[in-house]
Amino acid sequence: MPMIEVHELTKRYGAKTAVDSLTFTVKPGIVTGFLGPNGAGKSTTMRMILGLDRPTSGTATINGRPYAEHTAPLKQVGALLDAKAVHTGRSAYHHLLAMGATTGVPRARVDEVIDIVGLHEVARKRAGAFSLGMGQRLGIASALLADPEVLILDEPVNGLDPEGILWIRHLMQGLAAQGRTVFVSSHLMSEMALTAEHLVVVGRGKLIADVSVAEFIEQAAHDSVLVRSPRAAELHGLLAAPGVTVLSVERGAFEVTGLSAAKIGDRAAAAGIALHELTVQRPSLEEAFMELTKDAVEYQTVGAAA
Amino acid sequence: MSTATLTPSTVAPAPPSPSRLRVTQARVIRSEWIKFWSLRSTVVTLATAVALLIGIGLLASSMLDSGAAAGGPGGGPGDLGPIDASLAGLTFAQLAFGTLGVLFMASEYSTGMIRSSLTAVPKRLPVLWGKIAVFATVVFVIGLAASAIAFTGGQALISDGAASWSDAGVARAVLGSAVVLSGYGVLGLALGALLRSTPAAISTLFGAMFLLSGVAQLLLPESWRDNVVQYLPANAGSSFTAVTQGADALGPWAGLAVFVAYVAAVVVGGAWRLKRSDA
Repeated sequence: MPMIEVHELTKRYGAKTAVDSLTFTVKPGIVTGFLGPNGAGKSTTMRMILGLDRPTSGTATINGRPYAEHTAPLKQVGALLDAKAVHTGRSAYHHLLAMGATTGVPRARVDEVIDIVGLHEVARKRAGAFSLGMGQRLGIASALLADPEVLILDEPVNGLDPEGILWIRHLMQGLAAQGRTVFVSSHLMSEMALTAEHLVVVGRGKLIADVSVAEFIEQAAHDSVLVRSPRAAELHGLLAAPGVTVLSVERGAFEVTGLSAAKIGDRAAAAGIALHELTVQRPSLEEAFMELTKDAVEYQTVGAAA
Repeated sequence: MSTATLTPSTVAPAPPSPSRLRVTQARVIRSEWIKFWSLRSTVVTLATAVALLIGIGLLASSMLDSGAAAGGPGGGPGDLGPIDASLAGLTFAQLAFGTLGVLFMASEYSTGMIRSSLTAVPKRLPVLWGKIAVFATVVFVIGLAASAIAFTGGQALISDGAASWSDAGVARAVLGSAVVLSGYGVLGLALGALLRSTPAAISTLFGAMFLLSGVAQLLLPESWRDNVVQYLPANAGSSFTAVTQGADALGPWAGLAVFVAYVAAVVVGGAWRLKRSDA
């Protein structure tokens, strides 16, 4: 089973702790999102998994072994760390050829991945002249080179146009559906909600949540129900109970948290009170994410008016 | 071409057979060979080095023939023998090959390529060995050919007192030029690995080649100046290629040993930094 296991992983730079005792497992067959605000330690964690940075303490393994101890690392893990990990003077084709040569990837496969990412027409041009989006595609091509079991992608949608974003979303889901492990970082909850099934959420280097996307949304914020009724004041009194908050919005309308829409409707019906509106108000994913990480944001925006 | 329409099943149509995929030192060397020749700057710098080595050698030889400086081997200070004249471009070629060595390694850091390289070869050291193998070989072969051309062409320009291949010290001077060029190339490469910065590595290389000896002349007491200076990298290296040894220089083989020891020490330092530090 291709899997990423991170155990008590810690990275300190002097007095600053970038990654703080992270423990989580990334399972095959699904896309796992690695979510956190900028500066939360996502990239550092990914670099430690790939052996580019040495952990201060703790371990990270791919399929039971540290990355560096595999005989064909590129076959184990395809990684996109940043689109800039390319010599600007070399063509995309030669970059991929040189990368693949280390592991014995045949030349034909290089042409194949170039076609997969749609760089055919510019493959012989200097990578330094590439746009950010083309650079990302080249990074994806090198990640796919040796047909790896595990994919580690750091902010892959960065700089991609909408078509590119859609493409990469389908690509990641397709790879996961083939039974591969797909671990992808992002600071955008909305993007992860569309792509990932499971989330590892970090803030300031610490683990905040390790949950399914559905659970995460439920956990992070509670739904509220908007109720509109000609006998609002009366209904208001009927709903009052411990754990239930009722907030008047305007004349004839109020917002309830702690009670489901069904229960509110039943009680209104039992009392013979007509309802003009009963709407479940779901917090946006971005709100849910911000709610969860609000204490862990590296640089909090302080009142702009100050 | 629209890539958005690709279905997941076309993602990996023909996976390479997994059993054959593994990292070997030979494959890393091949990878470094591809990297080396796929940069236009490499070819330009190589051509420059060759042009310097041959051009300056021919120029110095033709001036020697004008008679003004002709002094024969072992002549007074400032005079060049026919062999030395034809290889007068060596110092400039050393600079060019040394700089190319720095670029070959340090540009991996300046461009970010090193992260790709080390992801493919996470054991790291094979990357350095691969680079050294490729670069030392390329510089030796090109340096040998260019030195031989410079010598042959240079002697053809010297009508009076020209040296021939069978003269004592000629084979060593030509072969030695290629060895020393290769050594400076590897020295530059290793400095690139140690310092991870093109400007820092180039300054250090140039300093070791030109400044050290001058500084030693200035600062050291006269009594042991000569004893120290002969062991400096540039002096030790040129002892190996010199046809006639100066009174205060090491013998050719001692010179080679000292020169190689410097290069080896910096390679060890570069290997240590590559292996130990975060990329």
